[in-house]
Amino acid sequence: MGLYAGLLLDSIVSGVLVGGFYAAMAVGISIAFGMLGISNIAHPALILLGSFIAYVLNSRFGWDPILVGVLATVPFYFLGALLYTAYEFAFERRGTQLIRGLAFFFGLLFITEVGLQLIFGVDYRLVEAPYIGPSYNIGPVSLPVRMLIPFLASVLLLIGLQLFFTRTFTGRAIMAVAQDKFALQLMGAAPVRIKRIAFGISTATASLAGAFLIILQPVEPSMGRDYIGRIFAICVLGGIGSLPGTFIAAVIVGVAESITATFYGPSWSPAIAFGFLLIALVVRPAGLFGRA
Amino acid sequence: MSNGRFILLACLVGVALVGASTFVTNEYYVFAAYFVLQYVVLATAWNILGGYVGYVNFGTTAFLAIGLYSAAALNKWLDLPIPVLIPIAGVLCGAVGLAMGYLTIRLRGVYFTIATLALSVVVQTFITNWDYVGGSRGIYIMRPSEIPVFGTYVAYLFFLMTVLAVAAVVTARVIERSTFGFGLAAIRDDETAAAASGVPVLRLKLIAAAISGALMGMAGAPLPFYLTYVEPTSSFSLAYTVNSVAMPLVGGTTSWLGPVIGAVLLGTMQQAMTVLISSSVNLLVVGVLLVIFVIAAPNGILGLIRSIRGKKPDPETNPLAAMLVAEKRSSQ
Repeated sequence: MGLYAGLLLDSIVSGVLVGGFYAAMAVGISIAFGMLGISNIAHPALILLGSFIAYVLNSRFGWDPILVGVLATVPFYFLGALLYTAYEFAFERRGTQLIRGLAFFFGLLFITEVGLQLIFGVDYRLVEAPYIGPSYNIGPVSLPVRMLIPFLASVLLLIGLQLFFTRTFTGRAIMAVAQDKFALQLMGAAPVRIKRIAFGISTATASLAGAFLIILQPVEPSMGRDYIGRIFAICVLGGIGSLPGTFIAAVIVGVAESITATFYGPSWSPAIAFGFLLIALVVRPAGLFGRA
Repeated sequence: MSNGRFILLACLVGVALVGASTFVTNEYYVFAAYFVLQYVVLATAWNILGGYVGYVNFGTTAFLAIGLYSAAALNKWLDLPIPVLIPIAGVLCGAVGLAMGYLTIRLRGVYFTIATLALSVVVQTFITNWDYVGGSRGIYIMRPSEIPVFGTYVAYLFFLMTVLAVAAVVTARVIERSTFGFGLAAIRDDETAAAASGVPVLRLKLIAAAISGALMGMAGAPLPFYLTYVEPTSSFSLAYTVNSVAMPLVGGTTSWLGPVIGAVLLGTMQQAMTVLISSSVNLLVVGVLLVIFVIAAPNGILGLIRSIRGKKPDPETNPLAAMLVAEKRSSQ
């Protein structure tokens, strides 16, 4: 195998691995934006909050970052439920959610980011775990364990959520509220309560994604901003509200970025997701798997 | 008040500002006032699309940076003076605003917002990779120590920013009271209904996006000369974006006066707090104020004043009411 082909194969594999992790970041937005119509642009900042919780508990008590991510889903769920209650009360009820709701989440993004900056400074922080160092090599392809674990955990998370949304009553009710709020009311379910649960779940995924992020690479508070374009590009590309679509779009973006980084230099990869976003918005706003 | 009298008054305020600045001996105060005026331009520009039409632009940083870097590059290449660089930056950013709008604004407003937020990451990527303006290392801008008529360069920059602020406020107010402005207000209130009543929705939105972007770019053109050293990380500070959103929302978004009130209030507060505490704390305060205002006072300070006075919507300050009054008159 030539050097070039080996390099290409390696970058595709690492793109797939990173893409799986992007799916974990994007799934929260896919639920909030796609199913509930809430454009929570503070989601990337909440992911960073999750990373820093994992950092603190790891560096103080030596806890495993993924375990912290799983445990933190509980407080994150309640944080999300609380946020939705405030959002519903202040904006949805008044019908001013578009402009002021966006500004609300933007303010939240800003408060979280500056708050983390005041506490932790602008230095990069990282966690310690036995699986962060080693790496498997298969021919020219290297499989770092710190990328494999977030990938596998993300796949599990997405499968779990997909089963929840298609097999359980609450999950189906969430899918239904996305389609027709009034029909759901007629069936005897309370849309606000259903949406509160869904937004709680959406926020809970941020704590997991945050833990995966800090396993993958060192983090600093303002990093979430770089992910906003990427996450929304994945959601739009995958088709708003479709979890399998989100996963496939995340892998596509991951591979495209990885190939760009390998052959043109990593400083160009932030522009890739934006390119995808614009193309998706112009060519097919419903996304690859969306309802047109 | 008619447009003519308003323009005259705005120019008088501008002349008074520039006149007053010549009596200020401490140059720091002139710098602080420049900062506030820059935010008057940015907040007013944001409001033309955000407040009048209801399309939220989170890309102020990108537009400002395009204006800033185009000025820095053209200054290095051709050594052009700032009064030439400002309109060039305006045309460039107007075109970017138009393109951005054309690609995304036809969809729901949220998509426009996300695209503008992503735009600043992309613009930053391009500028970090652009070696001519120093890439990530940054670039120094030489400015003459003295300039005829104005004396110091700071006084000259302050004069230019005052002119821009007056121009931005006058533009916003003229738009607000024109049929164009009424069309924008109709789109904000109900896009479908506006389209059904014959408002050329897409065209009006695109014009508003172009004007808004152009004004932001023009505010950025003198900035490299003010800072004398620019590099991508600080040029892309999210502070510009959060401020230009928070200022109109805190002041009130339906009229030209709201962004001015917000910019003067928050801008002055930030300057004072940067000196007294630190710049990250004052940005945190802006974030908190933004959240409090959108929840508790959705119509900003202007809305609070109006509700205290117990006034009904007044045709002078409410474009929609003015449109209804005009319609009533024409049908009689």
